[in-house]
Amino acid sequence: MSFTYAPAPESREIVTLQPSYDLFVNGDFVPALSGRSFSTTNPATEEPLADVASAGPEDVDRAVAAARAAFEGPWGKMRGSERAKFLFRIARVLQERAREFAVLETLDNGKPIRESRDVDVPLAAAHFFYHAGWADKLEHAGLGPAPRPLGVAGQIIPWNFPLLMAAWKLAPALAAGNTCVLKPAETTPLSALLLARVCQEADLPPGVVNVLTGAGDTGAALVAHRGVDKIAFTGSTEVGREIARAVAGTGRRLTLELGGKGANIVFEDAPIDQAVEGIVNGIFFNQGHVCCAGSRLLAQEPIAEPLLERLRQRLDTLRLGDPLDKNTDIGAINSKDQLDKIRALADSGEKEGAGRWSPPCRLPARGYWFPPTIFTNVSQSHRIAKEEIFGPVLSVLTFRTPAEAVAKANNTPYGLSAGIWTEKGSRILWMAQQLEAGVVWANTFNRFDPASPFGGYQESGFGREGGRHGLEAYLDA
Amino acid sequence: MRRATVRSVEKTAAGASLASSVNAALAGRSLGGELAGSDVALRRLLSGLPGVDQVGAEARAAALATRSVKRESKLRALELAIAMIDLTTLEGADTPGKVVALCAKARRPDPSDESVPAVAAVCLYPDLVGIAHRQLAGSSVRVAAVATAFPSGRASLAVKLADTREALDAGADEIDMVIDRGAFLSGRYGQVYEEVRAVREACADATLKVILETGELATLDNVARASWLAMLAGADFVKTSTGKVNPASTAPAALVMLSAVRDFHVATGRRVGVKVAGGIRSAKDAIRYLVLVAETAGEQWLNPMSFRIGASSLLNDLLMQRSKQLTGVYAGHDYFTID
Repeated sequence: MSFTYAPAPESREIVTLQPSYDLFVNGDFVPALSGRSFSTTNPATEEPLADVASAGPEDVDRAVAAARAAFEGPWGKMRGSERAKFLFRIARVLQERAREFAVLETLDNGKPIRESRDVDVPLAAAHFFYHAGWADKLEHAGLGPAPRPLGVAGQIIPWNFPLLMAAWKLAPALAAGNTCVLKPAETTPLSALLLARVCQEADLPPGVVNVLTGAGDTGAALVAHRGVDKIAFTGSTEVGREIARAVAGTGRRLTLELGGKGANIVFEDAPIDQAVEGIVNGIFFNQGHVCCAGSRLLAQEPIAEPLLERLRQRLDTLRLGDPLDKNTDIGAINSKDQLDKIRALADSGEKEGAGRWSPPCRLPARGYWFPPTIFTNVSQSHRIAKEEIFGPVLSVLTFRTPAEAVAKANNTPYGLSAGIWTEKGSRILWMAQQLEAGVVWANTFNRFDPASPFGGYQESGFGREGGRHGLEAYLDA
Repeated sequence: MRRATVRSVEKTAAGASLASSVNAALAGRSLGGELAGSDVALRRLLSGLPGVDQVGAEARAAALATRSVKRESKLRALELAIAMIDLTTLEGADTPGKVVALCAKARRPDPSDESVPAVAAVCLYPDLVGIAHRQLAGSSVRVAAVATAFPSGRASLAVKLADTREALDAGADEIDMVIDRGAFLSGRYGQVYEEVRAVREACADATLKVILETGELATLDNVARASWLAMLAGADFVKTSTGKVNPASTAPAALVMLSAVRDFHVATGRRVGVKVAGGIRSAKDAIRYLVLVAETAGEQWLNPMSFRIGASSLLNDLLMQRSKQLTGVYAGHDYFTID
């Protein structure tokens, strides 16, 4: 008897989409002065979801002025314990409206509802809760006796975790006493706008949080604005470089969280079933749209073949399809552009001689889809081993000794994440010291907690988000 | 007599390294009987198994518990679960009358609906096997007896074998034996192995289920090792618990056992079943176990020959949920017979 899952779609009813969305400036939703707008679509169906205002330079001016006024006005004068109340309130509303946020996120982004429901939204709430606790304890953060907020923070976030990245940016900035102008990604603006609505309903003073939707030019205008004291950016290394250039020499503070090419290192004594889960979670979580994805699997030679065999068997059980179905493991690629990029890099892997494999799986006719893919016989010089694919594509390399594993893992301009799989505790500690990566996971992968700082080395950026270290990015210590 | 003989070893498959060590171990036994009673050889084999990371196993079990089984899938799962039940009563207060009622329910779980399948077996103490055997004659329902000084396993081998033979003589088709957890935890693997082997021989053609009592084994590594030990000694099923110890069956322990039977099948070609028992009362829990089976061991295990659920009150919840699926409304408790 075959065991199948009948479709179990989460209802869309809980989300009320507006036909069009305005900018959130100074506590109100206002039409863009630019008069321009763009459309956001559901990547799983290519169905347009809404029209969204596109902020121009004059809108940036207005939002930064509102943020400045709030910083010099009510928010700047407020005691930490009072700021904490607002953060707690936002966190609780996120929990109360969790299903609405999850469905909206899945509609706009294409990620499976299982992930938006179980990871994105709960973690976003956890970030607000965690930072609410810091708001009145900043002098105990080890950053000096009286750390001061920086002022107005311009924050630009990516499309892979739209709500969660908004929480990572807003929560520490607000806890530290800054005011914010947030620019969500062009393809995923809706959850940030709902979060803006929540801020409004939580009676956050006008101007403390402003949300400007738009594309790259909106982000560039925000970065270039002289009224912004601090830029925080999460996104591609390419754009990160441009931002660093624009901010250089202006005296404004900058933190960058950029790309990665994380190594997931499996030793022969690893807990093999859990390692397989960790590999799957490392590269196929969120369709591989994860900057800290474990996109390179380094397997020790004696275990490489059995490990791959099991990995293939496991991939056979992954369920790709309707992101709103509660049993879907792999959702849609976020955009046509990203799909084209993944296809091009995967094709290059094939051309360069690596062995390509995907489980048999039917892709839906409409929407943007890419099957989970494994490349074997990959060498360090292949593009698929060097460049960030940002898709469900795993490159498999092998190694013999721990030293070789470290050398291969570190042989990348990036340095965001790494994973170690072994039952030997001393080797975990030794490896963690050698690996040049901001996050090193041991016998797990892609686990996040607001108390744990996150950030990169080298071209993966600088600055930390989360934990005590993350506060430093928003304080003048 | 069924034994853990190696039919074909799939060298290319994931279990290749395990396959070779299992083969070596089995060859050792047939050559000089070295595995038999040898703690050292068994320890070498069992400690060579891949470790189990508890956090990871728990996370995987929790993730699979979020699978949503609805509509026609749910109906099929409910009926499958009914057919997999070992309908159990293991109380000091059991009476012949209760066993008669239990057997009637096992043959025909829902008297008003013939399309409901019979359960797989009834599970009893050995002294009640005779009654059940007579009641179930001519039906597909098998009689399982707990034996070997159930539930603690604290008796001599002679007593355990006598217990087993008595149950078999009374007509038991299946024996649910317990391992000596004291011996296992103190590393006397040889003793555990020998006891299972001896009961295996006494069972002849009867199905042997080996209860690991995972709630007393403390670690998931031990659960994996005990599973392999039982399978090597000839178990037809590995079973989580007696139901007399807390915690009884847990999803992570079942996950590890399902992985072990899958790996053993790859290594030896022999398909060992899994039985979960203890504390499984709701249809929702039962369906979660079926999801674990389908996505861990594979669908080849999703039949009463390879997967069982030891339970009593579960059956009524399955019947109630089934009638809800068919009629769209819940019937009251009183529409389902108490045993």
